[in-house]
Amino acid sequence: MNLGPHAGFIIAAYAVAALVIIGLIAWVELDNRAQRKHLKKLHAQGVTRRSEKAT
Amino acid sequence: MAIIDLANPTRFLGLAHRALPWLSEITAAVFLVGLFLTYGAPDDYQQGATVKIMFIHVPSAWLGMFGWALMSVAALGTLVWRHPLADVAAKAAAPIGAAFTFLCLITGALWGRPMWGTYWVWDARLTSVLILFLMYLGVIALWRTVEDPSRAARAAAILTLVGAINLPIIKFSVDSGNTLNKPASVIRLGGPSIYPTILVPLLVMALAFTLLFVTLHIAAMGNEILRRRIRTLRLMQAQSAPGSGE
Repeated sequence: MNLGPHAGFIIAAYAVAALVIIGLIAWVELDNRAQRKHLKKLHAQGVTRRSEKAT
Repeated sequence: MAIIDLANPTRFLGLAHRALPWLSEITAAVFLVGLFLTYGAPDDYQQGATVKIMFIHVPSAWLGMFGWALMSVAALGTLVWRHPLADVAAKAAAPIGAAFTFLCLITGALWGRPMWGTYWVWDARLTSVLILFLMYLGVIALWRTVEDPSRAARAAAILTLVGAINLPIIKFSVDSGNTLNKPASVIRLGGPSIYPTILVPLLVMALAFTLLFVTLHIAAMGNEILRRRIRTLRLMQAQSAPGSGE
């Protein structure tokens, strides 16, 4: 594919888009892991919600 | 399941848990199709291959505005109906909307340099989008500053609704004449003015970006619900600790 004389700008735009999208996915995934880890720790200490105790 | 059932955070988490895997797969598939069409799209007769930047710049711009519109609806949910998930939805949307607005600004600059001869001008469209990005940062900072989520939600909701004034300014800034951006060429009276070989990849990429936004938003809302659950449990733990006065 010939991107012409402005190939650098096109490649840079797609590279930034890829970085931003990967960053967003990583942020959501790492945050999810961190929250589940905190929740698991609290449950291990016996701290649960009333609705969870009932089940 | 009725829509109102989703107002229950536990039910929302269950639904999100079931929906996210296939939503992620559909998003990835649409992205692959969009990138394939982008690869095969012809060069523009004036812009050459730089028209390919449009396939990521325009969806980013739409989603930057969509994010704030979503937060504005959620802000109404917080202030008027006190919907249990409204402020969760608003808080989760802010970083995602900010990221897409940032992407819009950067790709716009990279498109502007070869086409306009400059990365940036202080015209109506570019300045109003920069203001949108700064407003996103302000809302994110507000959420992080106020510790009590319900108090932060009300303050952020008011700021969001005030900031919504910027959305029509962004939309109609291209018609003011005080901008290098061209007037709307996709969503306009009389139909799109873009040739189908360029329009189809653009619309497929816009769908892919929208699906990505929705997927990330649902996942981030799930994370926020878990964060609030942890906060509640920690408060319960602190209250039941010896010497807490209870």
